[in-house]
This record gives sequence, C-alpha cells and structure tokens, in this order.
Amino acid sequence: MTPVLLQLLMLFAGLSMLAFGGGSGIIPDMQRAAVDHYHWVTAHEFLDMFAISRAAPGPGSLIVVLVGLKAAGLAGAAVSFLAMFGPSCLAVHIIARFWQRAATSAWRAVVERALAPVGVGLTFASGLSLMRGTEHGWLPWGVTIAAAAAFALTEISPILLLAGGAVVLLVVGA
Amino acid sequence: MHAMGTRKEPSLASLFAGFVSIGMMAFGGGLAAWTRREVVQKRGWLDDRQFLSGYALSQLVPGATNVNLSVFIGTQLRGVAGALVCFCDLTALPLTIVLILGALYLHSRGHAGGAWVSTALGGMGAVAIGLNLGTGIRLARRNIAGLIPIATTAIVALSIGVAGFSLVHVLMVMMPASLLLAWVTRPK
Repeated sequence: MTPVLLQLLMLFAGLSMLAFGGGSGIIPDMQRAAVDHYHWVTAHEFLDMFAISRAAPGPGSLIVVLVGLKAAGLAGAAVSFLAMFGPSCLAVHIIARFWQRAATSAWRAVVERALAPVGVGLTFASGLSLMRGTEHGWLPWGVTIAAAAAFALTEISPILLLAGGAVVLLVVGA
Repeated sequence: MHAMGTRKEPSLASLFAGFVSIGMMAFGGGLAAWTRREVVQKRGWLDDRQFLSGYALSQLVPGATNVNLSVFIGTQLRGVAGALVCFCDLTALPLTIVLILGALYLHSRGHAGGAWVSTALGGMGAVAIGLNLGTGIRLARRNIAGLIPIATTAIVALSIGVAGFSLVHVLMVMMPASLLLAWVTRPK
C-alpha cells in the first residue's frame, strides 16, 4: 500500500467514526485535511466536488470517492469508499442482529417507544438544518414548504415534485 | 399500519429492486423520505415504529445515516445477505455516477457547467428539503401522541434544526431522557 492510499484510509476511516448524524458534519474537517494538510485538492476543487456529490443521486458522503480519485486514481477512490463506509456498516450490522434477537423482549419495546419521538425529531431537524445551511431566498423557501405539504398530504410522486422544483426555479427565478 | 407479526419477508430480489430505486431517487438529502416511502408505505416490509427505531439507531452509529439505515433494514429483513444487497444496491449506481462525473470534471476543469444547471439543482435541493419535512409530518401524525413524545420531538427538532446545537450533544441528553421517560411510562 502506497503512503497516499494509507493516508486516505486513515483519514476517511477516522472521519467516518466522527460522522454522527450523517456525513455533512465532517465536511469542514475533510476539507482541512484534503486541502491544507495533504494538498490532494485545491480549495476550489473541493467545493466543486462537494457540489458534484450533492447533485448526484445517493449519499453525499460519496465526496470521499472524488477526493480519493484525485489523490490516487481509481485505487484511491476504492480505498476511500471502503474506509468511509466499511466500519460504520459493520457496526450497524452487529447492532441490527442484536436488535433482532431481542424482538420480543420488554426492553426492546421500551427502547422503540423511546426512539420514536427522537427519530421523528431528527427527521425534522435534518430538514431544518438543511434550510439553515443553504442561502434561501423567498422562492426556494416557498418551494420547500409547498413540497413538504404536497408530500405529507398527497400521494404525488416525489420525482414529479423534484422536477417541478427545478422547473419553478428555472421559470420564476430566471 | 402493519401489526408486528404480519410483516412480509421480502426476497433478496425484491430488496434489490427496492433499494436500487432509493439510491437513484435520492437527490440532495431526501434519502430518509425515499427509504420510508419504499420500505414502509409501498412495500410494507417494516411498520413505522420499526423504521423509526432503525432511523434513530442509524444516527447513533457514526457514518452516513442512510447507508447505515439500509444496512439496518437489510439485516432485519434478510440477515448478512440482506445487508450486503441493500448496501451495494444503495451505493453502486450512485458510486458509478459520481465516479464518471468526477472523472469528467477532473478532465475538463475550468469548463463552466452553465448557470441554469445550478439553478435547476437549487430547485431540486429545495424540494428535497421539503421531502424531509413532509416525511417528518407523516411520521409525527401516526406515531407521536401525548405530551411527552410531542415535547421530545420538538426539543430534538428545534435544538438541532433551529438553535444549531450539535447532534451528538442533543442525543447525549435526549436519548437517556427519552429512555427514562419510556421506562417510567411503560404499559404495565
């Protein structure tokens, strides 16, 4: 394993262990390491990679693959992917097995009742934090609220909503 | 609503089909919305309470929440094979797309993508946020009743989402508090 691959492995495995509540919290640390410390990417490239990983489907933490690709080619991308997702997936798998074995136990029923309001709160929190994190004018705010209402109250397909959101901004916002 | 014992056990092929669409449809942070829609609403593999425990546990474990959630759901439904199918499935196509976009980007730096693309992406991002909030509303309507659960939901949502407290700190306080309250108020 070359030094760069090892550095990628250590960096992303370490960051993944700090990524509580999803990937977005570790982006500033990742930026500091990849740009200022290792000089794998420039600050501008990092921002572009962030935008690409947000615009593409799937989890936003796939940005690690782009940093790895730039730093060490396809091998770098592969190592970064495994380092980012391997340890946490293993941990979740073990917890899920344990959880399943406790299917009928009294403590699992209590934990489920305790987790329900926390889970609903976290769902709202993720939406609210994203709203705070983006520069929202009145138009995107309106689109967000309209989409929330449509999704909650009707059975309309989210694909239509996403397409509608793009159209509204292109037509009204241009 | 599905009763505990009547949960359908999906084949690996139908797990695959379900999670391919989740991976491909989720733009800009709407993954939880898609996952719930596919797994609870459309296919009935889990009920809301099972989904919510999985979602909260997926946040307690570090790492990308929705990838964790896919592994949790896959393990629950079909063990190790289910976990692998859901994980590979959720990430394979997005991974390929990101790699292609990244390679194109690295080969054509300085080439402007066009302002309208970012405008369109902005609109989709705004909708994706709305999908998250809409999922919260759906979940709350069915699963949250009573003063204590409503207060817990509101404190978690507002402290992180509005006041900007770190998720770790909020969970360190609210998880034990919620567990204690659920224990004290457990049905006898």
